[in-house]
Amino acid sequence: MIKKEMIAMLLAGGQGSRLGVLTANVAKPAVAFGGKYRIIDFPLSNCINSGVDTVGVLTQYQPLQLNTHIGIGIPWDLDRNVGGVSILPPYEKSTSSEWYTGTANAIYQNLRYMEYYNPDYVLILGGDHIYKMDYEVMLDFHKANHADVTLATIPVPMEEASRFGVVITDDKKQIQEFEEKPANPRSNLASMGIYIFSWPVLREALIKLKDQPGCDFGKHIIPYCHEKGDRIFAYEYNGYWKDVGTLGSYWESNMELIDLIPVFNLYEEFWKIYTKTDRIPPQFIASDAVVDRAIIGEAAEIHGEIHNSVIGSGVTIEPGAVVRDSIIMSATVIGAGTVVDKAIIAENVTVGANCKLGVGEEAPNEVKPDVYAFGLVTIGEQSVIPDNVQIGKNTAISGVTTASDYPHGLLASGETLIKVGDK
Amino acid sequence: MRAIGIVLAGGNNSRMRELSNKRATAAMPIAGGFRSIDFVLSNMSNSHIQKVAVFTQYNAKSLNEHLNSSKWWDFGRKQGGLYVFTPTTTPENSYWYRGTADAMAQNLGFLKASHEPYVVIASGDGVYKLDYNKVLEYHIAKKADFTVVTANVEEKDDPSRFGVIRTDSDGRITEFEEKPISANSFQVSAGIYIVRRRLLIELIEKSAEEERHDFVKDVLIRYKNVKRIYAYQMPNYWSNISSVDSYFSTNMDFLKKDIRDYFFKEYPDIYSKVEDLPPAKYNAGSSVKNSLVSSGCIINGEVDGSILFKKVFVGNNCVIKNSIILNDVYIGDNTYIENCIVESRDTIRANTKYIGENGEIKIVVEKNERYAL
Repeated sequence: MIKKEMIAMLLAGGQGSRLGVLTANVAKPAVAFGGKYRIIDFPLSNCINSGVDTVGVLTQYQPLQLNTHIGIGIPWDLDRNVGGVSILPPYEKSTSSEWYTGTANAIYQNLRYMEYYNPDYVLILGGDHIYKMDYEVMLDFHKANHADVTLATIPVPMEEASRFGVVITDDKKQIQEFEEKPANPRSNLASMGIYIFSWPVLREALIKLKDQPGCDFGKHIIPYCHEKGDRIFAYEYNGYWKDVGTLGSYWESNMELIDLIPVFNLYEEFWKIYTKTDRIPPQFIASDAVVDRAIIGEAAEIHGEIHNSVIGSGVTIEPGAVVRDSIIMSATVIGAGTVVDKAIIAENVTVGANCKLGVGEEAPNEVKPDVYAFGLVTIGEQSVIPDNVQIGKNTAISGVTTASDYPHGLLASGETLIKVGDK
Repeated sequence: MRAIGIVLAGGNNSRMRELSNKRATAAMPIAGGFRSIDFVLSNMSNSHIQKVAVFTQYNAKSLNEHLNSSKWWDFGRKQGGLYVFTPTTTPENSYWYRGTADAMAQNLGFLKASHEPYVVIASGDGVYKLDYNKVLEYHIAKKADFTVVTANVEEKDDPSRFGVIRTDSDGRITEFEEKPISANSFQVSAGIYIVRRRLLIELIEKSAEEERHDFVKDVLIRYKNVKRIYAYQMPNYWSNISSVDSYFSTNMDFLKKDIRDYFFKEYPDIYSKVEDLPPAKYNAGSSVKNSLVSSGCIINGEVDGSILFKKVFVGNNCVIKNSIILNDVYIGDNTYIENCIVESRDTIRANTKYIGENGEIKIVVEKNERYAL
């Protein structure tokens, strides 16, 4: 009979709407990161590096890119005879057919997947954080405490604790109380949304709460376990952990990779991060190019200037173009003479010649001021920007745009230009 | 494709000088991200050959490491696959491969157990893209017994280091001389052959009986007037790694846009073993011009007209000009390197200077322990 000590369930179905046009056609875990990775590479690599070789990936929102990326799991060595990676989308049942309505509901709908592997423990993961973590150490902690549930927590500065769900523990790290975004926090241990459940506890709770609308781990399962007196422990993690949920934090954590010795170091031999490599050739830096503080992916062709930027694989920067403080994802072309300042440009975008991105004074975005902020220009995948246009700050563009979309050749700061159905 | 593949990757070449101390020519790193055997394996895979044998003998450690999984070239199949054949002793045989024909003779079972009607034989040290289906179509159209793929070289490439060929107007080979003292033609064999499997088995068995062991000399050239041997002209770029100079110039060819685009951008791709290395990193103070840089590199100094293979570290104030730095080399601060090939996995001390002079490429091997310095 198949027996796996711990299996992982990776929640990868969310849209990540705060990433705006970046997630228009791609689920957030499939968004590119750091020149050659996608966000989901971090939890998947953590799994295999921790010895977890059975991972169910729950997908729902725009899964194509995610499915293509994961395939049968070869890049992470998750192509296994027993176990390995399985993509778990919502499916029709004889009595009902419903989408995944909440994090715990999604796991509940895959009870049979988990039962098949006969686990002792189930690890619940999200697909939207950048970090390196040994889940095996967390499991040892769980076992040592004879815990029913263990939450991974991270100390955050006290003044920021009110933005998180924090836990209050006793001196043995057993959790006494939960506080969701407290006005006056009594603890700075924030929950990371990573849980280890003893399988019988998880199974019982999921079945008990199966009719709970939008059943969610943080809102329903954990409080239920807490109320019935389960032993819930807080495992303290002290490494780099970055939520890339907003364009600002996404931009910032990419930029941190360029530091001389980055806090989050991808160059260490230990704990490698794996990804599907579509391109093998080296990058070419031309005679007239200037590259100053950057990380650049495979097969890129750089003829222009790059300052303080993250450049994806297969990107072409044409002669005379200048890219500063920006993230340019795979296979995008920046036209000759174009100047790009503080932009996030998604995959397969064509930016014409002699454009200026990130010009003028900052103005709040007119449609989604809380999403398109930080002074960034954000361009969605497969977009086309014509020659000779200027684009202001806090702007968003998606789709194939032409010169007529830019009155007086300008998209002013704070404006949004989304063309759907052109492609 | 109705053929099996044989890759001849066992050879050594003294003209590779110190570079061959470390590995067989077929395992030589090429163009930053590849090894020379990747080209023939990718061509076979892209031509839909499903079953490929690689014959290795000389210094095969690097090669075997590179071939430890067949999945990168899409040979991880139930039907067919990638087979690596090194010489083994048996009750009947205790010889190494005494030549290319002997290698085939010692693995005749592989040829006999296959059912595909044709065999594509190719060396592991060519850099080219070729659809072998086109060669087979030509082979069938000419009713040839053997087809030899040929390429044109120039005077400066020294044709006498190749098999030199002359053909009649129909393309049939009339003269074939292996590494002649002086060449009378600029058409040379690219070391790629197509032959019917049954005929190959017959001729290899006959040669083995006669104690003849070289495929080119003892099969092709010997049967030149008896069998119909045709030349198929290589339509595009072809280069062969057989000396330090040709190795250097083949790599440097990838700095040319047309050659780079042909190999890196035009379909189909060349595949290689994937190593999980992070993107290349350029720190403040780095200056890179007209160079190829591979993943995992960290650059602090100046690089011009050079190729950095994977995981090269360039220290502060270094200058690297017209050089090839092979995989996993650490170069300490203030070092100057010009016209050199730096051998892989080496650690170059700070404040050193290496210059290849009088048009000669210098091969740098320091063999320092990285963490002892």
